[in-house]
Amino acid sequence: MTILGFLIPLALVCGVLALYFFFWAMRSGQFEDLDGAANRILIDEEP
Amino acid sequence: MNAISQVEVPTGDPLTDSRFTVPGMRCAGCIGKIERGLALVPGVAAARVNFSARRVAVSHSAALDAEAILEALRGLGFEAERAADNPLARDDDETRRLLRALAVAGFGMMNIMLFSVSIWSGADVITREMFHWISALIAIPVVAYSGRPFFASAAMALRYRRTNMDVPISIGVILATAMSLYETVAGGAHAYFDGAVMLLFFLLAGRALDAMMRGRARSGIAALLGRMGRGAQVIDEAGNARYVEAERLAPGMLMLVAAGEALAADGMIVEGRTTIDASMLTGESDPRSAGPGDPVHAGMINLGNPVRVTVTAAAQDTAIADIARLMDGAGQSRSRYVRVADRAARFYAPAVHALAFLSFCGWMIAGAGAYKALTIATAVLIITCPCALGLAVPAAQVVAAGALMRRGLLIKDGSALERLAEADQVLLDKTGTLTLGEPRPTNLQVLSARDCAIALGLAQSSRHPLSRGLARALREKGVEPATIEGISETAGTGMRGLFEGVEVALLRPEAETGGLAADLLVDGSRTRLTFADPLRPDVRPTLCALQAEGLPVAVASGDRFDAVASVARKLDLFAVAAMSPADKLALLERRAAAGHRVLMVGDGLNDGPALAGAHVSIAPGGASDVSQQAADAVFVGERMMPVALAVKVARATMRIVRQNFAMAVLYNVAAVPLAIMGFVTPLVAAIAMSGSSLLVVGNSLRLARAAGKEEA
Repeated sequence: MTILGFLIPLALVCGVLALYFFFWAMRSGQFEDLDGAANRILIDEEP
Repeated sequence: MNAISQVEVPTGDPLTDSRFTVPGMRCAGCIGKIERGLALVPGVAAARVNFSARRVAVSHSAALDAEAILEALRGLGFEAERAADNPLARDDDETRRLLRALAVAGFGMMNIMLFSVSIWSGADVITREMFHWISALIAIPVVAYSGRPFFASAAMALRYRRTNMDVPISIGVILATAMSLYETVAGGAHAYFDGAVMLLFFLLAGRALDAMMRGRARSGIAALLGRMGRGAQVIDEAGNARYVEAERLAPGMLMLVAAGEALAADGMIVEGRTTIDASMLTGESDPRSAGPGDPVHAGMINLGNPVRVTVTAAAQDTAIADIARLMDGAGQSRSRYVRVADRAARFYAPAVHALAFLSFCGWMIAGAGAYKALTIATAVLIITCPCALGLAVPAAQVVAAGALMRRGLLIKDGSALERLAEADQVLLDKTGTLTLGEPRPTNLQVLSARDCAIALGLAQSSRHPLSRGLARALREKGVEPATIEGISETAGTGMRGLFEGVEVALLRPEAETGGLAADLLVDGSRTRLTFADPLRPDVRPTLCALQAEGLPVAVASGDRFDAVASVARKLDLFAVAAMSPADKLALLERRAAAGHRVLMVGDGLNDGPALAGAHVSIAPGGASDVSQQAADAVFVGERMMPVALAVKVARATMRIVRQNFAMAVLYNVAAVPLAIMGFVTPLVAAIAMSGSSLLVVGNSLRLARAAGKEEA
């Protein structure tokens, strides 16, 4: 059962990291232009 | 950082940001073209396209004015407009707050569930207590953070001595958390942390979906806004033109109004003769000619030649301002509308609280002790907490709004869908609603195929309203433009060029004609094209569809009597003509007083008060800003069918919502007796809650199929 002492904090840390990452993504405008990102892949590079 | 930006912009000017809406952006190529093209303009530091919002943000030196950037965009082949400070942008913040709360609740739910599963599968006492404590440590901050939208709304409702859906939710969540905390401290067997947090998660999902739907529709509408009359080119004493915002215009200024532009202030023409379209302001469909000395009003559109106008009244004193005052008063009846979920909560909340209280009293009388009685009362509250009810309405409305958006109707919020389903009469404006509101050629058949190609070649390079209408009509006929060499446009006269060595031109008729007309000149032979504002292509089927839904249709127009009569006879409709904005509002109020719920469809400034005062209202995408903001929904494109479809889908939505309510009630009838008898453990609560939510969401998704079927 001692493994729980390691796994539970690990699970929580992973969860908090994911949450933090989502907050960061929202703040930095990753969700501002969802259609644009899908289209930009099609733009040819300038020669 | 500073050093770098100074290298990029040699003048060393401070950079300013401007935003422009570019509705014509369609593909990846457009993004590349705009971003690269603008980057080449001297003074532009960077340009970034937001494709979803059809908008481009340009960072440029202050010396470069917005007009030059608009000109550059036009050179790239895109019609653009200055983006106004979005009057609807406030909603973005709400969506973000809800999404953050949803993320936190999701995090909490998943982690607590991890512990709950091991407790349910029979962890021994020490592990169980430890897991309860960890759950409590996660749940309490999560509830405090994610519950705020509900607590705030419930507190607001209670302060005004009302009740809404958020009151039972808040009481349920807070009581469950407090009870579970007590259970944890006392080392009891059942803690409901998972239930409380899961409840918040499901409800927040409904709210966030609702907010995102509103946000999408509003940004779509904002992209249509701001096409006219928010400012004007003003000529100063030195003869220089500069752009002045409508609020800054003052009497005495000299405005230069180009063809196709709307006037931003009331004034008097001092130079030039032109044709003025007053349909937005009064509903009159026939443009009239105006020359020096004639008064013109804000909101009118210049269809002909560029004219100079001295401002006589601006901002608060214009004819538009009177309409705005009428609108302020008219919008009040709508704010009294109570959403269907809140109406349900009026009965639901007292019933649930009474039930929980009665089971507490019942178990106390039966001698179970305060602790056990309170546990059971909490279980009753959790099981009856309107998880499915909270999802029942938004889930159906989001699906319906998404389906409608794909078919060209942007609906602003769920309450609009509810009111749309209740409408029992339709009142239509004529100009711009039944008709396109744009001049189109009426006698294209006089042109040969070669003439058509030449006409399109000439017309497509001009921004004049007649040229645009001609070009659109020809393109719809499938005409390929001829290559015209050396095209030149003379403002007020027309376009000239060479086609295969022959001189061709698209000109204003030399003699003043009654209606709108243009002459196509090919090698000396002159063909007269006449223009009129045609009916939308699918007016008849739309009216039939509305009548099939049991909605009688009538027309209320500001246009002259005979113009309205001819349309009304053609479509076999009851019509009232020559109505002022106040008349339209009065007509609506009379019908409302007679117990009718009127759907108003209109586009002009003169329809604004009626749109704001109607039970529910829809405006076409070409409508004035004021009308689009006052209306509950906006339909885009030339077809009118989205209006009839909206009514149909709104009614289907309300049927699904009622089914969802019925399911939620059935679920309660089954689950509540179990809770009262004390059989509900946290495991049963969790299964019941997620099961009923999935059922409701699944039922709502059927709407997408129902709305999609009509497409075939």
